[in-house]
This record gives sequence, C-alpha cells and structure tokens, in this order.
Amino acid sequence: MPITHLLDARALARVLDRMASEILERCQGTDKLVLVGIQRRGVELAERLALRIAARERVAVPVGKLDITLYRDDLQTIGARPVIGETRLPNLDGRQVVIVDDVLYTGRTIRAALDECADFGRPSRILLCVLVDRGGRELPIQADIIGETVRVLPGERVDVRVSEIDGRDGVELSSAEAAA
Amino acid sequence: MTVTLPKDLTALEYLSAEQMRLILDTAEAFKEVSERPIKKVPALRGKMIANLFFEASTRTRVSFEFAEKRLSADTVSVAASGSSVSKGETLVDTARNLEAMRIDMVVIRHWASGAAELLGNRIRSNVINAGDGKHEHPTQGLLDMLTLRDKFGRLEGLKVCICGDVLHSRVARSNIHGLLTLGAEVAVCGPPTLIPPAIADLGVTIFRRIEDAIQWADALNILRLQLERMESGFIPSLREFNRVYGVSSAKLAKAPKDLVIMHPGPMNRGVEIDSDVADGEHSVILPQVTNGVAVRMAVLYLLAGGTADAAHAGEG
Repeated sequence: MPITHLLDARALARVLDRMASEILERCQGTDKLVLVGIQRRGVELAERLALRIAARERVAVPVGKLDITLYRDDLQTIGARPVIGETRLPNLDGRQVVIVDDVLYTGRTIRAALDECADFGRPSRILLCVLVDRGGRELPIQADIIGETVRVLPGERVDVRVSEIDGRDGVELSSAEAAA
Repeated sequence: MTVTLPKDLTALEYLSAEQMRLILDTAEAFKEVSERPIKKVPALRGKMIANLFFEASTRTRVSFEFAEKRLSADTVSVAASGSSVSKGETLVDTARNLEAMRIDMVVIRHWASGAAELLGNRIRSNVINAGDGKHEHPTQGLLDMLTLRDKFGRLEGLKVCICGDVLHSRVARSNIHGLLTLGAEVAVCGPPTLIPPAIADLGVTIFRRIEDAIQWADALNILRLQLERMESGFIPSLREFNRVYGVSSAKLAKAPKDLVIMHPGPMNRGVEIDSDVADGEHSVILPQVTNGVAVRMAVLYLLAGGTADAAHAGEG
C-alpha cells in the first residue's frame, strides 16, 4: 500500500517554527503560558514547541502531559482496554493553556481533554494547537493554531511520526489497511 | 496480541504473567489519579457495582469503595447482617436479585473458599474476589507485588518469605501463585501446625526457623496471627509464638541486608510483628494500603472493559 509523505523532517521543523510563533502571537508572549501535550505524540510536539519558545524568548514554558483514556466517551464499547499513559500537569489555574495534539479528526479526544483539564484547575483560556487538521469533525471543535490542513479520502489515514517514538520525523498519508 | 482478563478475578492461580503485568502496569497509571486535586475520573460512569461483604472487613471494603468512587461507578454495599442473607437466602439468589436490578459487577468477601468462583459461574456480572475463606485474596496479592516492584524495581529473582499463619491465609496463597508466576522465589516460615504439609508442592521453600528465613529473604510478608488460633491449639501461647516466630528488630539485626517488611493488616503488634519493625524505615505497610486502591481501580477498570479483541486508540 502506498504511503505519501506529506511532510518530511525538515518541513515538519519549519511548520513547528511557525506554530511556535503563532502561539507567542496569540498568547502575547509567555506570561502564564502552559503547553499541554496529549499522549503520546502530542507530548513530544509540545516539548519541541517549548524548546522553540525557549530559544526565542529565553523563557522556560511549563509543559504538561495529558492522557485522556479515562475520559473517552467510547470506553463502554471499545472492548479491551488501551494502555493508560502518564498524566502530569503543572498548575492550570489562571493560566493560558495551549493543548497540543498531533492530528485533529473527530474532535472527541479534545472534548475529553477539555473535560480532564477542568478537573485539574480553571485556566483563564484554553487554545487548541494541532500539527495536522484532517477534517471529519463529529463535535463542534476547531483548532486555533494549525500546522497543516490535509484533505483525507475515505479509507486513508494520517500519521504523525516523531523520532522519540517512531525513529523518524514526518507526516504520512496512508490507506488504513497499510497502517494496520 | 492484546492481553485481556477473564470475566472474573477469583484467583491469581488462574492468571498468566502477562495478565498480572497488565494489572500492575495499569495500577501504576492509576496511582496518579489519587494525587489529583479532583480524585475522580469518569471511566466507569454508569456502571453499577455491588459490594457483598459476608465477613468483617474495613481496609479491603473501604479500599474497594474508594477505587469504585474514583472511577465514578455507582455502588451499593451489602453486609451479611441486616440483609436477606440473615433470613436464609443463598448467595446465588442474593446476587441474582441484585443482577435483576441491573448491576454490572460484584465484589465479594465470603467466609467460604470458592464462593467467588461459584458466583462467577452463576451470574453474568463480573465478579471480583475480595477474599474467600482460606482460598485466595487476589487483589491483596497484586498490591503486595506492586509494592515489591516499587521497592525493588523488579520481581524476577526476588526472595520473598511469607511468615506466620500460612495454613489459614488466603493472602499467602495469592502471594505464592502471583509471585511464582512473575518469577520471584517464595518461602514460608511458621510453626509446623500452621504450615500446610503439601505447600512445598507449589514450589515454595519451607523454613522452620525465622532466623533462617531472615538470612535468605529480600522481603518478609508477615501474616496476621488470628488470636483464636491459640484456643484451637495451633500454638501454645501468643508469647511463645512471638518469641520464636515474631519478627523483631533484634532478629532482623542479624540479616545480611535490610529486609523490606510487609503486612496485610490488621496487625497484632507484639505478636507476629514488633512495633519498631512495623514502624521502622524498611516497613512498606502503609504504601501497601495506598497501592491497594490503585490495584483495585486497575482491576475494576480492566474487567469492566469486557474481553473483546483489539482496542484501537483512534486518532481524533
């Protein structure tokens, strides 16, 4: 099955550069800024955005990680349990929280993430930052900062690859069978 | 290949190493939930759980109730006294009546060995054994293993000695099956009257002297000596039991290394364990209690998921 490389490692790095700039622009600097990555690849992307922000602003922005498994709306129906990743969040009260995820699709992950964040504190505002928006929303949720918008045909899927987990950086489009 | 659990958790004897590791790894993630500002996740929202306690219990019952509440399940607790059980209703009938009110899971503590398995075979709901007679207490075994894994970073090759009243202990049986399956070495130590003669067949070493056990072990799991054992002639006196088999700092001082001390509670200070040992720096008795909630959350969460095939953490 063919795999199309939508972004290679260098293109991904350039997109992240721009996303880091947009975060700083939207949040007017780093004051009370917190990045929260969604397990698993969102965590790596949030770390990389934080590095870029640190290089530019000379400020270490707190980075949290969030696993939304226990807040999924399909826990009753998916059968066997997915492995639960680590959740570790800094104080969210009164902060500008930027939720970072790899792919925005149905919006259900973000719904779960919003509910879970609310159980940890009361941010002053929450922004959504995704590397890829592939359309196909099932809930009224949109991203504030988007790396790349991709049109995906039925039977295709988008995978973000990060070297920490996958051994390489990039964004790939493949048919569902090839990825399975 | 996705690892799944059977419908019921009745005994660690029936679980594979992979299944136990799944529970312990899941419990690891649940520890953090108990540290959150709001100690609650919606994972079991809408699930109805009945806690049937036919025998006195504080720690285990409260631990299960906390675990259920932290997962947002709805719970009812039924004690034997003051329920239809005291009017002569059978166990299966009690459970079937609860099931007719649409419960999803049953947690059962019962004085009869095999009660949980019997129930699991008769009703559709998931059954979790919270201790059945002298048989098993699987969640206690799992929390003991989680505590040991926290302390040593591994279970393979670890030497654990279970001390005291092994004969009447469901905790001992769950520890033996669980630890052996996960690659630990297990020994028991106690008076001959309280060590079942056939226990060596399970693959455990028997120590007759606590001093020898202390030389050998990395960790001691010290069992409660039920005081009524003296009246029934298993031991001559509590004082003598303490002098010969009780774990004291004087006996531990002769060990080649610091031993991790565990006890499932409730403790008889000055009988099977001396106070300075129970409260000493190598005691993990309170971490055991903390881990108990995480292990029970993991078991409830995993069993409530059913046994269907692969779960795909879909992108979204």
